[in-house]
Amino acid sequence: MRTPITVFIKEVIDNIRDRRTLASALIMGPLFGPILFVFVINLSIERSLDDAERILELPVIGEQHAPNLMRYLESHNIDVVEGPKDRAAAMAAVTTGAQDVIVVVPENFGEQLADTIPAKIELISDQANTQAERDARRVRTALQSYSQELATIRLIARGVSPLVLRPINVDEVDVSTPSGRSAILLGMMSYFFIFALLMGGMYLAIDTTAGERERGSLEPILSLPVTRDQLMLGKIAATCLFMAVSLFLSLCSFFVALKFMPLQKLGMTPNFGPDVVVAAFFVLAPFILLGASLMTLVASFTKSYKEAQTWLSVLLVAPTLPILVVSILMLRPKLEFMFVPSLSQHLLLVDMIKNEPVNILHVAISVTSTLSIGAVLTWICARLYRREGLLG
Amino acid sequence: MIIVDNIHKSFGKVHAVRGVSFSAPDGKITGLLGPNGAGKSTTLRILYTVLTPDSGSASIDGADVVADSLKARQSIGALPHGAGLYPHLTARENIVYYAKLCGLEKDLIDARVEDIMTLLEISDFADRQTKGFSHGQRTKVALARALVHNPQNVILDEPSNGLDVMATRSLRKLILKLKDDGRCVLFSSHVMQEVAALCDDIVIIANGKVAIDDSADGIRQRTGCDGLEDAFVRAIEMVRPA
Repeated sequence: MRTPITVFIKEVIDNIRDRRTLASALIMGPLFGPILFVFVINLSIERSLDDAERILELPVIGEQHAPNLMRYLESHNIDVVEGPKDRAAAMAAVTTGAQDVIVVVPENFGEQLADTIPAKIELISDQANTQAERDARRVRTALQSYSQELATIRLIARGVSPLVLRPINVDEVDVSTPSGRSAILLGMMSYFFIFALLMGGMYLAIDTTAGERERGSLEPILSLPVTRDQLMLGKIAATCLFMAVSLFLSLCSFFVALKFMPLQKLGMTPNFGPDVVVAAFFVLAPFILLGASLMTLVASFTKSYKEAQTWLSVLLVAPTLPILVVSILMLRPKLEFMFVPSLSQHLLLVDMIKNEPVNILHVAISVTSTLSIGAVLTWICARLYRREGLLG
Repeated sequence: MIIVDNIHKSFGKVHAVRGVSFSAPDGKITGLLGPNGAGKSTTLRILYTVLTPDSGSASIDGADVVADSLKARQSIGALPHGAGLYPHLTARENIVYYAKLCGLEKDLIDARVEDIMTLLEISDFADRQTKGFSHGQRTKVALARALVHNPQNVILDEPSNGLDVMATRSLRKLILKLKDDGRCVLFSSHVMQEVAALCDDIVIIANGKVAIDDSADGIRQRTGCDGLEDAFVRAIEMVRPA
């Protein structure tokens, strides 16, 4: 046992002194996800919240023909301003993007209303422009509700109950909880954790195999009175430690990052307190051995540091595949899924974030199956290290 | 004591070593001499057990390098060709790491590392990380690392390659000291003069075969050449395929 420990300690010290390894383990992995997440989510929340509250400036041509409608719009946070001089100018302004949406009120608008002929009003917008379409939708909704109000008034004036226009009343009952709603959004978090975990050990996996060979330090160490299995064990253990640290840091940084996300405004309260951080660490931990041995295995096959880097970057994305498939197909957690590494961790994590009871059997299967695969890969690494071809 | 008996080794279609036999006794310096690509490194790599021979056998102090490779490794200190250090570790840490892996007693390590560093004149740069080291400094550390566990058999693959005059001198001194201590020293080179100046026995290898195995004087006699260089060339021609 002394040899693996010696190798482990040496690899840890060696790699702590390597800025690149350290940066990827302590900064890149743990911070990349949360920062990206905070940025994207904040941006989209600000956007959607802003829109409803923001005062929309609406250029109108012929506002004098519909003073009541203009007052109605003003009361709905839509500020009416004077529009371009005619319809042609309005079309041009929208096409060039100078204006997002322009309303044209024809001269006979008032007459048509009085005659109960459907009064024509024009809404000019570019439907291909999503940002402009958001504003256009607000204006359209406001116009429709004004129209609705007029209809109601007309019915009442004729002694008809407005309810005749509403034969069916749909009442939606939403059983999702605030925690549950967050799971949809935060489900992708589990991938960031796995990414951080793998990122933390990536350079170690390369350095201890392809790097050692490229540096010319592999042959001397293989000529020492130690077995190659023991060397391998120490190296994989060091990779595991870096991965564990990176995983833990990324869980913590997410915990902090969530405080900077106004998720409550979207009706979400993710269940991600300190207790969940710890639980999540233990659920994800079995993936460490698998990640470390898989990365070491792949790096062992490569001829150089650069080649190893290329292949391992591909490997960083691989764990997303099962998560992606299940998320797209909206599959519910099933027993079989627990045999699949990365997927099982993802599903368990989502359950925890949703604050739903976690199935102990599922946890047990996830842990054993992921650990077993990791152990098999470690064994293969050790076997591989006995090959002569290893020397390149 | 190193004994090599009729070893063969091929890499794909290249038959690098074709039946090499020789022995390197304790208390003597044996030089493995030959042109580039003669099979010197392959032979040495088989001896320090990173390669296994296709056929034939070799032993270190009686331990077979294939069947009993762990035991064989226990009694060798090897300096492979272009041996690399760990750039983020200091010279001392590089040496201590090997001392620990060789299973040296904890309390003995510090003293032993200090000794070997004094012997190889490493002390001045002992606690600097090795990344900026000169070639000479790196070779010294690699040598210290290979010798830290006091191996009975020392295998050096072209140790003087790229060293300046001063460094070559101290290397020579070290090799002679190892001989005086009763060690078995086996080193390879392609420089005739260097081998002639140091070795008790010279094994000239060409085309993967032993061309001649004798003392410097013996080689001069058998090839009928007075000059060492001529003798070397003549010996190589003896095994060149017709």
